[in-house]
Amino acid sequence: MRKTECLAMILAGGQGSRLKALTKTVAKPAVPFGGKYRIIDFPLSNCANSGIEKVGVLTQYRPLELHNYLGSGSAWDLDRTGGGLFILPPYAREKSADWYRGTADAIYQNINFVKLTDPEYVLILSGDHIYTMDYSWMLEAHKTNKADATIGVFEVPWDEAPRFGIMNTDKETGKIVEFEEKPANPKSNLASMGIYIFSADIFIKYLEEDGVNENSSHDFGKDIIPKMLGDGLSLFSYAFDGYWKDVGTIESLWQANMDLLQDQPPFELNGDWKVYSSNPSMPPHYVGEAASVKESMVSEGSKILGEVEKSVIFPGVRIGKGAKITNSVIFPFTTIEDNAVVDHAIVAQDVTVKAGAKVQGQEDAILVIAEGETVNA
Amino acid sequence: MKQVMGIVNLQESNASIRDLTATRAVESLPFAGRYRLLDFALSSLVNSGINSVGVMLPDFSRSVLDHIRSGKDWDLARRRDGLTWLPAALPDNDSRKGDLKDLYANLDFAELSDKKYVALTTGSFVYNIDFNDVFKFMEETEADITMVYHVAKRDRDAKNVVVQTSTNGIVTDLAETASVKAGDKLAMSIYLMPVPTFAYIVRSTYERGGQDFTIDGIIRHASEHKISAYEHKGYIAHINSTSEYYRANRDMLRPEIWEQIFMDKEHPIFTKVKDEVPVQYKNTANVKNSLVANGCIIRGTVENSIIFRGVTVGKDAVVKDCILMQRCNVGEGARVENLIADKNVIISKNRWLKGAENYPYIVAKNVRI
Repeated sequence: MRKTECLAMILAGGQGSRLKALTKTVAKPAVPFGGKYRIIDFPLSNCANSGIEKVGVLTQYRPLELHNYLGSGSAWDLDRTGGGLFILPPYAREKSADWYRGTADAIYQNINFVKLTDPEYVLILSGDHIYTMDYSWMLEAHKTNKADATIGVFEVPWDEAPRFGIMNTDKETGKIVEFEEKPANPKSNLASMGIYIFSADIFIKYLEEDGVNENSSHDFGKDIIPKMLGDGLSLFSYAFDGYWKDVGTIESLWQANMDLLQDQPPFELNGDWKVYSSNPSMPPHYVGEAASVKESMVSEGSKILGEVEKSVIFPGVRIGKGAKITNSVIFPFTTIEDNAVVDHAIVAQDVTVKAGAKVQGQEDAILVIAEGETVNA
Repeated sequence: MKQVMGIVNLQESNASIRDLTATRAVESLPFAGRYRLLDFALSSLVNSGINSVGVMLPDFSRSVLDHIRSGKDWDLARRRDGLTWLPAALPDNDSRKGDLKDLYANLDFAELSDKKYVALTTGSFVYNIDFNDVFKFMEETEADITMVYHVAKRDRDAKNVVVQTSTNGIVTDLAETASVKAGDKLAMSIYLMPVPTFAYIVRSTYERGGQDFTIDGIIRHASEHKISAYEHKGYIAHINSTSEYYRANRDMLRPEIWEQIFMDKEHPIFTKVKDEVPVQYKNTANVKNSLVANGCIIRGTVENSIIFRGVTVGKDAVVKDCILMQRCNVGEGARVENLIADKNVIISKNRWLKGAENYPYIVAKNVRI
């Protein structure tokens, strides 16, 4: 295999149990977002746009739909000769078969893949954040700093800092002096984004040590990074100041969808930095004679005959006459019949909301209708 | 349908639709917000299970090549079979006009393949046809050649091949007429026949001075073959004039036609994929009875219109009865009615432009008004 400068590994095995009904049948990275995308489109598109040509996607929980969606990787321009997209589910060896025991273990179990691609740097990403970022700048910083590892950090509000892994850094150089997992009294508000660049030799050495350490929880944040700091390695932070959102809960997923509806969306959707996704073959959507659509995003193949406000409508959705959709997210191929009302809700795929039925959530308690359900009046 | 090969003939004359086809073949005219006309023939062939398709290129071939590329979006980029380009015959070989010389020059494609039948189509019709039904009809009528027709809904002054059939579907007469009446059976330039029959017609007609496949190959020799004609009952439009282009686009605003052409799960219409964001409707948007393609940002009023990918309509702008192609920009407070704007047209702030209901005003590509 041709030598690779930077290999990206996307951790996409997360169950996403806090997304409840939405992850009943799919892994979290395959959850729909933003009117046509799925969460994993963001790291994959970032890779494609940053010039990274080899990407391993580590899957585990309910992989079927995710594997199907990823296919050959052609949607992200990752169907390349001698490279491209590699799907890496857990597999059985001579002696045993293991699930991935942690983020670091997932990579450790595929260490032969890492060695085979022979990269100079390894970029670790997670499949559950919404953001657009040029990883090539972070790689540049990693090289300039002659770092052993570089960690992407993001400034969070001080009162939220105790929920994150916090980096205490040297203000001038960005060098990491201390890492605290969910500190009660944070000394800094720079949270780890779960994005790491490692120099490959050191990366392989630490993973192999961690893999056989029975006292380790095999987690990058809890085990690998503290060990590297303890050993006096040179770790740097790389501050990202764009839009970055963890969509691990129903409320945060809903909020991230609503963020797109601002008059000026928080990140460029139409620009050069395209977010790629697997596109269905569907016509432009139809907006009917008596329809009204405001402050919303609507995708292809939908038919809107009712009223839509502050909502995100995925492909193939039918909204009947007199129906009213507000502050909601409607996943693909769902039907909202005539005069039905949907407010503050996330309605999953292939749901039917019967004529005159009401789906009413609250801003702090977004209602979720699971895939395939029927809501009667 | 594994034994059938398709040929899409993209050499239709664009004389009557010149305004929009100055820089492109009629078959690559943008249609219904995101498609090009040839998508309908190509998708129909592919959805019918025909996986070997030859595309006979027009004179202006750049837009066709750029649109189809490897054929991947139609699932035609394949190890076996798939897409074959059939370039036009060199002009210095022969000064004759018409499609026959190009079919003749590319006969190898049909004769050297292992397929038994040829489905010949053109690329200027809007339809969604299952060729399996046409094939079945050919077998039932035990015909040498089966063609497809539709019944005209209204009188029209336009050249058409009119078909007469007996009750059992066998063609009794074929003639090209200058105008048609409602109820006439109009040929749709679709022919299905065994490869040897196709090769015989092309070879014998061309070598005897023929120019046009339909006129010289089929009509003149109709009596030599048993030809049956299959009626296509679904929606159809033949885009051979600007007014027909305008009308057919606006037909797509009727939900029953939109469903029939585009939303059949077994027969989707494929086109070149572009990664565009879902349409962003801002709080001043007011859209009625329109098709809006992904990548648009709408702040103004849009009625009875077809809006292609990446169009922006500014605040207080009004767009009525229009077709706005890719990346047009209607500035704040501008007002456009009965207008067809080609790609990348910019209508500046507060400009007013209006065409007539039956004669839309056409703005050429990249113009700034």
